[in-house]
Amino acid sequence: MRVSFTVNGRPQEADDVWEGESLLYVLRERLGLPGSKNACEQGECGSCTVRLDGVPVCSCLVAAGQAEGREVVTVEGLAEYAKERACTTGACGTSLDEARRWAAKGTDSQTGEGVELSPVQQAFIDAGAVQCGFCTPGLLVAADEMLERNRNPTDADIREALSGNLCRCTGYEKIMDAVRLAAARQSEGV
Amino acid sequence: MPNGAPTKITQGSWTKGGIGESTLRPDGTLKVTGEFAYSSDMWHEDMLWGQILRSTVAHAEIVSIDTSEALATPGVYAVMTYDDLPTEVRTYGLEIQDTPVLAHGKVRHHGEPVAIVAADHPETARRAAAKIKVEYRELPVITDEASATAPDAILIHENRTDHHCGHVPHPNIVHRQPIVRGDVAEARRRADVIVEGEYHFGMQDQAFLGPESGLAVPAEDGGVDLYVATQWLHADLRQIAPVLGLPEDKVRMTLAGVGGAFGGREDLSMQIHACLLALRTGKPVKIVYNRFESFFGHVHRHPAKLYYEHGATKDGKLTHVKCRIVLDGGAYASSSPAVVGNASSLGVGPYVVDDVDIEAIALYTNNPPCGAMRGFGAVQACFAYEAQMDKTAEKLGMDPVEFRRLNAMSQGAVMPTGQVVDSPAPVAELLRRVKARPMPPERQWESSEGADVRQLPGGLSNTTHGEGVVRGVGYAVGIKNVGFSEGFDDYSTAKVRMEVVAGEAVATVHTAMAEVGQGGITVHAQIARTELGIGRVTIHPADTQVGSAGSTSASRQTYVTGGAVRHACELVREQVLEIGRRRFGSYHPAWATAELLLEGGKVVTDGGEVLADLVDVLGDEVVEIEREWRHRPTEPFDLRTGQGNGHVQYSFAAHRAVVEVDTELGLVKVVELACAQDVGKALNPLSVVGQIQGGTTQGLGIAVMEEIVVDPRTAKVRNPSFTDYLIPTILDTPTIPVDVLELADDHAPYGLRGIGEAPTLSSTPAVLAAIRNATGLELNRTPVRPEHLTGMA
Amino acid sequence: MDFLRPATWEEALAAKAEHPTAVPIAGGTDVMVEINFDHRRPEYLMDLNRIGELHEWETEDDSVRLGASVPYSKIMERLRTELPGLALASHTVASPQIRNRGGVGGNLGTASPAGDAHPALLAAGAEVEVASVRGTRLIPIDDFYTGVKRNALAPDELIRAVRVKKADGPQQYAKVGTRNAMVIAVCAFGLALHPETRTVRTGIGSAAPTPVRARAAEEFLNAALEEGGFWDNGRIITPSLARQFAELCAAACNPIDDVRGTATYRRHAVGVLARRTLTWTWESYRGSARTSKGAA
Repeated sequence: MRVSFTVNGRPQEADDVWEGESLLYVLRERLGLPGSKNACEQGECGSCTVRLDGVPVCSCLVAAGQAEGREVVTVEGLAEYAKERACTTGACGTSLDEARRWAAKGTDSQTGEGVELSPVQQAFIDAGAVQCGFCTPGLLVAADEMLERNRNPTDADIREALSGNLCRCTGYEKIMDAVRLAAARQSEGV
Repeated sequence: MPNGAPTKITQGSWTKGGIGESTLRPDGTLKVTGEFAYSSDMWHEDMLWGQILRSTVAHAEIVSIDTSEALATPGVYAVMTYDDLPTEVRTYGLEIQDTPVLAHGKVRHHGEPVAIVAADHPETARRAAAKIKVEYRELPVITDEASATAPDAILIHENRTDHHCGHVPHPNIVHRQPIVRGDVAEARRRADVIVEGEYHFGMQDQAFLGPESGLAVPAEDGGVDLYVATQWLHADLRQIAPVLGLPEDKVRMTLAGVGGAFGGREDLSMQIHACLLALRTGKPVKIVYNRFESFFGHVHRHPAKLYYEHGATKDGKLTHVKCRIVLDGGAYASSSPAVVGNASSLGVGPYVVDDVDIEAIALYTNNPPCGAMRGFGAVQACFAYEAQMDKTAEKLGMDPVEFRRLNAMSQGAVMPTGQVVDSPAPVAELLRRVKARPMPPERQWESSEGADVRQLPGGLSNTTHGEGVVRGVGYAVGIKNVGFSEGFDDYSTAKVRMEVVAGEAVATVHTAMAEVGQGGITVHAQIARTELGIGRVTIHPADTQVGSAGSTSASRQTYVTGGAVRHACELVREQVLEIGRRRFGSYHPAWATAELLLEGGKVVTDGGEVLADLVDVLGDEVVEIEREWRHRPTEPFDLRTGQGNGHVQYSFAAHRAVVEVDTELGLVKVVELACAQDVGKALNPLSVVGQIQGGTTQGLGIAVMEEIVVDPRTAKVRNPSFTDYLIPTILDTPTIPVDVLELADDHAPYGLRGIGEAPTLSSTPAVLAAIRNATGLELNRTPVRPEHLTGMA
Repeated sequence: MDFLRPATWEEALAAKAEHPTAVPIAGGTDVMVEINFDHRRPEYLMDLNRIGELHEWETEDDSVRLGASVPYSKIMERLRTELPGLALASHTVASPQIRNRGGVGGNLGTASPAGDAHPALLAAGAEVEVASVRGTRLIPIDDFYTGVKRNALAPDELIRAVRVKKADGPQQYAKVGTRNAMVIAVCAFGLALHPETRTVRTGIGSAAPTPVRARAAEEFLNAALEEGGFWDNGRIITPSLARQFAELCAAACNPIDDVRGTATYRRHAVGVLARRTLTWTWESYRGSARTSKGAA
């Protein structure tokens, strides 16, 4: 079957989709967006978290056909999504300045130079919250959405919001640091 | 080139970021934007999908395999069984080549590969694999020591010819290592108290998040290019090439992005299967395990039974330790011999004991094969000897930390193997530090609005609002060897290149080191900056076009490959200075007389005088050096006495666990898990703390939830999923304050100490000790389940 | 496999009548796992997410008509007052991502004894509204679970909603798992006080082939409360009364040993949860507010 939906603001179309395919498979294997990860494919790890019509979901549990006509945001589109959100909430200018400042300080990878990151992405790098990085895309989508809802989360709030995302490398401490950092920078920036 | 083939990563246009700084990961931006390509993200035009058919029973003769229906399935390009293998080399293995590429004649464990399929869609491949008919004649299963070593036991491997078969007491024992020192019988008489214990350690899974996967691309020269997530490219290559019937230079391996490893990628998984299918079909073949298959696709941590006897005098000095450690290696050898070596040689822990009698064995059984996992051998032993230390202290009426301190080893101590510990061993200090830390406040879950269940045992499940909750505190300390031991020629290779690019002196570091998330590439760039005085460093993708870097395991990479990078950098520096002397020596006498350094992109004297810019020194010249580097050699352990300088370096960590236990329901909330560790020298403090926290959490997992459950009647795995194999979530993980000591080991590069594994050792027994403290229960097994805490087991 | 995308409830019912083997999919929590892991290859997959009314709820005078696909996160956030037991149960479901997408329709359709919503629905005395082209009927929750992963639905029927009386008294829900989040129930217990009828209802999950009520325990407690005038005098429930209630709840279980827990432990834990949830609800009924922050 054919499935059409919007991914990161761009209309996308996939043909010859097997009816049993998940949204995750279509993103990864048909649309060239492998950022969403395939760690468990049973809704028990959160590595495939995307936003479906704004809501964080496990894309492995969404049948591709269910995404028809919907809007999907993946980690690949997170920076852009965060930037647009900042603009619509009137915090556009500040946020961009902030982003540039962070980039100047933290981004030193040639392949990453000039890449504009969302606050939560930058905080994950700065806080050392990335090791193997396989859980990172899902965590970023989940953490970004939490910070959108809850600008001043307590530690317990952060833990609850991220309790659907497994990480095997970090012991979560640096992830906590990263989200606290992103929250602090977010409130500074407004 | 397939999509997702790794590319060079260049970091930094600054001159900071040398060793000792918390430099950020060069692959960080790629990883947070989703651009970093893991092995499962690889994609190639026209590629096929490989699928493996695995045995549904644990022990059986294969009567017949019928692939005809699978082959006739539209979209299927190849189906292969043992009979289709191209050469006479049809087994592989890290140390003992006992693992069939595809099962032949019989299967020895649940989930053993029997046939492989390549098709144009994963669903087609799955459907085709399901159509392969395998007829099994089931055999009785061997699942424990008694059934393995019974006189009439079926031999898991007939006609063994490996180098351990001559000294083992039974062919179903992979390896046996005794360690005997002093006179235990005599020491026993001096003991005022004797404490015995029997312990059981469950089978843990590495549970790395990135599933086993890779892409094999057939090449025009008849060879194959393999992109794969692994821990040791060259060890893979050595095992893969003979099975394919290709010389090693026609199997070109490149490390694809690795989603965690923890030992689970030390053995081959899909590598040979993908290559076979690619060569058979002439098309690129991608294989990605799903989570179910991953539980069968790699070895696990050895479960163990451990029998201990500790003796001590009234004043708290250990008189002797006797122990017997039985590790279940499962159906194939994997790393079992090395695990036996660690469990036995480290079986007493970081304590001074003159009289010891230790025996460790690994069994062949029909259980899932077990091998490398973070801290292997030492983890199981630490769980048991630390429980024994608490029990002995209690019997003596002593404080458990004080009792440990009294017996703690320090530099100069003699191991049970006779080896002298010749670098700092701050065991007492580590314990002192975790003990001195302020306690986390009591009843943190209480607030004006009532109980916050997120901070209570049971968490979101709302099982208690404080009822039945008791706090407990426990301590543990452990010792782990660093690097490959027992006489293994443990070396790494680094190729370092220096040249001027776009008006700037740039270094390129090329090794075959598997970056699995630990941050080795960050450290390589830091070393190059420190040694070469430049800012911009390019990390070349890891591949087999450079010499071996050994495995990313045994806490060895920063030490050994880091050492190789430093060594190569030193040689490059010498050559650069030589060029400088040749070009500019006549302009300034200091070129000949002063100690010269490379700093800030310049050649400077040790007095700080700038002699030349590196850009000018190098000009168009390219300096490139590839060298092997070795740590001090080790010796094998004597097969009868276990004596020998078997290890190159030791690593120590201590933990204090604070837990709250719902004693009625047997649910546990770890409140804090503080760690102190000596790291010798923290090359990257941020990464060091990250490693310690991650290792600590894996230890927490084995303490309270993680276990692969194998049915003892069938040897089948009962919980191969993330639904039933549980690893800690962020709500199960406490704050993990880390205290880092830096006592240099003068034998190691920069004085560093391998750090990755030690925190996984002491974390588990500290949590268990805290739960014992809260409940008063004995708790001789890990993981401890609610049943054990409520007397319902 | 065919993918059916009914745009309206009527279309969905017609499709289900035409293809009774069609597997409805909404949150995908159960169905997609079965497909991803090759456990199920339905002939037809029917997406219910386009049917808006399944995602809505209506609050009437004394009850809530909760659409089958209203996500658990909405129940947690928006229906805490009306359906406190179900809101608490919703909070224990899987992960935030799954709570954002799954609803009670999936729990009821799968009818696994481990479904988190069941004990709360049993305790509240819900009715399941099912429909087919033949018409609509209300199935009392007590009659809904007919066996292990079996329910009272006819092949052509779909779950439209559950109808639950608004809470007239305190309700609680607790679940034992071996992890502090994202865990399948080893066992679970729901309890609702119904002061209007002066009754107590219970629900037990994961401790019998189907979700069950502890009827003997309810009868015992109802009688004891009545006899002692507890509903009127608001006395403290004595430890012995709570213990007997807990023992009867444990006795109502018919659990198995499996990889998640032993039968003995499940029985024991249900007893503990019964005692605790009774204490919490009763204390709440007595007026001493003892709500818990993260729990609701």
